[in-house]
Amino acid sequence: MKRTQPSGQWQGWLYVAPALIFVGVFVLIPLCQLVAMSTTDRSLLGGGRFIGLGNYTKIWNDAGFWRALMFTVKYTIVLTPILMVLGFALALLTADKTPLKRLTRTIVFLPVVIGLSSSSLLWFWLFDEQVGLLNKLMTDLRVIAQPMVWFVSADLAFWAVVISITWKVLGFGMVLFIASIQSIDREIMEAAVVDGAGYWIRVFRIVLPLSRRIILLTTLVSAIGSMLAFDQFYIMTSGGPRGQTFTAVYWIYQNSFVSFKLGYGAALSIVLTLIILVFSTLQIALTARSEAR
Amino acid sequence: MTSAVLSPEAPAMVARRPRPQARAAYLIDAISIAVIAIMGAPIVLSALASVKTAADASAAPPHYLPTTLSFENYAKVIRFQAGLATYVGNSALVAAIAIAACLAIAAPAGYGLARFAIRGKEVAFLILLAPIMIPYQAILTPLYLDFARVGLVNTHLGLAIVHTILQLPFSIFLMRTSFEAIPREIEEAAVIDGCSTWQRLTRVFLPLTMPGLVTVALFAFINSWNEFLAALIFMNHDTLFTVPILLVSVRAGKFGAVDWGALQASVIVSIIPCLAVYLALQRYYISGLLSGAVK
Repeated sequence: MKRTQPSGQWQGWLYVAPALIFVGVFVLIPLCQLVAMSTTDRSLLGGGRFIGLGNYTKIWNDAGFWRALMFTVKYTIVLTPILMVLGFALALLTADKTPLKRLTRTIVFLPVVIGLSSSSLLWFWLFDEQVGLLNKLMTDLRVIAQPMVWFVSADLAFWAVVISITWKVLGFGMVLFIASIQSIDREIMEAAVVDGAGYWIRVFRIVLPLSRRIILLTTLVSAIGSMLAFDQFYIMTSGGPRGQTFTAVYWIYQNSFVSFKLGYGAALSIVLTLIILVFSTLQIALTARSEAR
Repeated sequence: MTSAVLSPEAPAMVARRPRPQARAAYLIDAISIAVIAIMGAPIVLSALASVKTAADASAAPPHYLPTTLSFENYAKVIRFQAGLATYVGNSALVAAIAIAACLAIAAPAGYGLARFAIRGKEVAFLILLAPIMIPYQAILTPLYLDFARVGLVNTHLGLAIVHTILQLPFSIFLMRTSFEAIPREIEEAAVIDGCSTWQRLTRVFLPLTMPGLVTVALFAFINSWNEFLAALIFMNHDTLFTVPILLVSVRAGKFGAVDWGALQASVIVSIIPCLAVYLALQRYYISGLLSGAVK
């Protein structure tokens, strides 16, 4: 690439410039505005007095925020292992290229491409205590005696969302894990078969260790997604009952766009961004390491 | 590429011990069919509910299957508020602008980053990927205020810009990779023919990076079509709602009681374009997913 003419410099920049301008105008400037706004008491009606770190000390004492953050962390900690374990199991099940497995793969992946709002309303209906088919199925199978009212209890509502999201995004991890399994050198597996290694030995001694990096990356991507959860709770639980299922993003939305406490909402957004930054830095570090190899 | 040796019915084993292996194969097929049934059921049940009569769809306890076939729910959704055509049109227009913006910005950027030895290139690349690290949910408030000032709130263009922000890092990353994959010789031939850098881009590179362009457009479409939070915040008039917001207002209904049949009909309407586009372009979608998440 050394043969670039001097004109190549500005020509190259010319092609990159629109992207840089776009990101500058629509991401970096708003980010600076967000930081500035977080130090004011601005509301939609006006205000905007500088109050230093006032909003941040308020966050420290905001029980609602901590509850929402802890709820989001709980959601992430419960959901992520479910997605990874089931996703890997499905990848093992469907990694071969037979027609039935290909079909299984396609069906499992379908919910990934539909909208969260669509899937949340679909499951909101399935969970309904009056018309919901899930309750009907469970009573028909004698799993439960009476239809369950899922959304009046914070615990049941939590599990309803976890179930619906598991259905929705399971295929994402599965597809990445299949790619990882299929990239394993055939000879290694054949050698293991010759050595008499049974199926589960091969899975635990060869496939899992060789998939470590993809599993880690998928876990991070998935965890970031869960930490930013909003749609599914807005639609299925509306944060209820009694505000017990607000997530971090939902709490920011409530403060910024329902109560119009823009300055405070900005400070909350900064705190959330810093938390996400920890995850995404890890993700980028992992990616960089894999490229160096 | 195939991982047949991983499967329990690996050929070497089948020859030696046929019966337990055959049993394992049946078991695996049975599990596969169960998985298909469980994962496919919600969409199938929703589709079936959408063609029930309105009364049947709201029956408690419910029936699994429609007793009579009826398109009454769809008729209701078509006439809902400003009309289904308006909402589908809003979503389609926003997605079209977002696709165009992603392609128009990411393709040249990928070209510049991949094919020019410009100084500070990697720094520029990192800045362009920065939005990955900043959740867009966080900057919606300043964006909303800026957009309100210049009249972009409640416009298709405004929402499309937000969707472009969301999609741009992935698009640029993918386009850079696509441009880098093209052999040097092809470019050199174009240079000898006296093509300018612009001609090289439009005549030589763009046709060769078509798979990358399709993938960028595909992801921009699906993510814009499905995006919820920004649409909720930026589109406040009920004539400007996109499809995901339409779904929520169908549920809210008129008098508080949920019209379940109409709701499932609108859910089906919302997922058909995604499923159609995905099934038609499955290969691009999966390869995009792999390069976006893992590389």
